[in-house]
Amino acid sequence: MITLEHVYWIMGLLSGGVAIVNVRDRSNPKRYNNAAFWGLYAITFLVGSRLPHFATGCIVIAMVLVASIGKLGQGAGESQTAQQRDASAARWGNRLFIPALTIPAVTVLGTFLFKGATLNGVPLVDQKQITSISLGIATVVALIVAMIMLRPPLSAPIHEARRLWDSVGWAAVLPQMLASLGALFAVAGVGKVVAGLAERWIPLDSPFVAVVTYTVGMALFTMIMGNAFAAFPVMTAGIGLPLIMTRFGGNVTIMAAVGMLSGFCGTLMTPMAANYNIVPTALLELPDEYAVIKAQIPTALLLLTVNTLIMYSFVYRH
Amino acid sequence: MLTLIGILIVVAGFAARLNPLLVVTVAGLATGLASGLGPIEVVTAFGKAFTESRYVAIVWLVLPVIGLLERAGLKERARTVIAGIPAATTGRVLAIYFAVRQISAALGLISLGGHAQMVRPLVAPMAEGAAENQYGPLPLAIRRRIRAHSAAVDNIAVFFGEDIFIAIGSILLIKGFLEQNGIRVEPAQLALWAIPTAIAAWVIHNVRLVLLDRSLRRDLMAKTKGDA
Repeated sequence: MITLEHVYWIMGLLSGGVAIVNVRDRSNPKRYNNAAFWGLYAITFLVGSRLPHFATGCIVIAMVLVASIGKLGQGAGESQTAQQRDASAARWGNRLFIPALTIPAVTVLGTFLFKGATLNGVPLVDQKQITSISLGIATVVALIVAMIMLRPPLSAPIHEARRLWDSVGWAAVLPQMLASLGALFAVAGVGKVVAGLAERWIPLDSPFVAVVTYTVGMALFTMIMGNAFAAFPVMTAGIGLPLIMTRFGGNVTIMAAVGMLSGFCGTLMTPMAANYNIVPTALLELPDEYAVIKAQIPTALLLLTVNTLIMYSFVYRH
Repeated sequence: MLTLIGILIVVAGFAARLNPLLVVTVAGLATGLASGLGPIEVVTAFGKAFTESRYVAIVWLVLPVIGLLERAGLKERARTVIAGIPAATTGRVLAIYFAVRQISAALGLISLGGHAQMVRPLVAPMAEGAAENQYGPLPLAIRRRIRAHSAAVDNIAVFFGEDIFIAIGSILLIKGFLEQNGIRVEPAQLALWAIPTAIAAWVIHNVRLVLLDRSLRRDLMAKTKGDA
C-alpha cells in the first residue's frame, strides 16, 4: 500500500538534495546555514515517523534558530539567461504547458482511480490520504514527462528546485509551523477561553446581534487561529448553537454553512494562514509579505457583510 | 487568561515584523508552558504537532518540475500566448482564471490550481503579459501589484467555490461537529447554502477586477504621457 510515508521519503530526498546543492554553492554567502536548515528539514521527513517527538521538537527549534538568528541566503540566480529562455520558449511552444498541466490532471485522475482500488485485497493507496498522495505521484509523473521531453542535465531538477525553494526561504516551513501552533492552542484550550470572553462581554440579547457576533466572531477567530476549521467548533458551540439555534430558533443548516464561509473571509485577511497569504508573496518575489492580504481585504470585508446579511435574512425564516 | 499569551505574542511579533518562524515557535512554547506542561513535554508536543502536520508541505514537491519548465522558458511562453490575444487585459485574464478555479472547485477539483503550480508559472505571467501588451514595459511596482492580485484570485475563487461540493473537508467538519452535538444535517443542504455566498464572491471580485483594469490604465497612461 502506498501511504503518506512514501511521499515523505521523496520530500526528504528533495530537501536533502537542496541541502547538498547549497553546501557546494560558493556564490551563496550563507550556504552552510541554508544547508543546515534544509538538511534538518530532510531528517523530519526521512525518519520523522520513527524519531521520538522530543527529538523532532529539538530539530525544529534548531531550524528556527538557524533561520531567525543565522539567517538564510540565496545563491546565484537563474541558470539560463533571458535570451536562452526566450529561444527555448520559441522552440518548445505550447508543448511547455504539457508537464505543467500534467500535475493537476494526474492529481485529479488519481483521486478518482485510487478510490477503492485494491491489489491482492490490500488498498493500493491509503484511502484517507488519496488527494495528498495523488499530488505526490503527480509531481513525480510530471517530472518524468518534463525530463523525457526537455532532456536537461540530470542534476537540473534539483538545482532548479533549490533556486525556487531558496527564493521562498523559511516561509516554506511556516504553514507547517502554524498548523503545529494551532494544535498547541487546542491542547491548551485557547478557543474556550476566547469564546468565554465573547459571551461575557458582548450583550447577546437580540437575534441580529447574535448573527453579527457569530459571523464577525468566526472571521476574527479564524484570523487568530489561521484556520476556519479551528474556529468553527469553538464559535458554534459558544454562540451559534446556544443563541442563534436554541434561544432564537434559527435554522442550523443555514447558520453552519454561512458561518463557515464567514470564517473563510477571515482566512483572506490573516498572515496566520501562511500557505494562502504569505507563501505566495515569497513565490512571486514580492518584498511586502502582506501584499496578497492587502489585495484581498476589500473583497473579504464586503463578503463578510454579505454573509451576515444572508444569514440574518434567512436563518430565522422557516 | 494566561493561556492567551500565545495570541499576544503572535500579534505583537507579527506587528513588529520579527521573523514569523521565531514568533510562532515562541508563541507555541509559551502557550504550552502557560497551560501547565513542563519544558520537555512542551518540546515533545511541538515535535508531535510538527510531525503530524508534514502533509501541509507536500505541495513543494512541484518545485523540481516547475523549476525545470521555467528554465525551459515556461513563463516567457505564457506571456507570448497572451500577446497573441489583443482583447486580453489583466482583469479579464484574472476573471477567466477566477471562473475556472471557482467552477472546478465547486466540482470538487480543488487541486486544479495553487500558487506554486499555477499562479507563479502561468497565471501571473499571463496577467503581466496582458498589461505589457497594452502599455509596454511595466514598472516593477505595477508588476508586483498584478502578481499580488493573481495570488488573491486563486485564494478567493477556491475558498468560495469548494463549499458547493458536498464531500469537501469543511462540509464534512460541519456535519461531524453537529452530529457530536446530536444534530443531523444534510451535506447537500449545507452545500446548497454555500451558493449565495459563492455568487456574491464572484460578483464582488469581478467588479474589483474591472476596477483593477481601470486603475492600471490610469497609472500606465499617465506614465506613458510622462515619458513622451
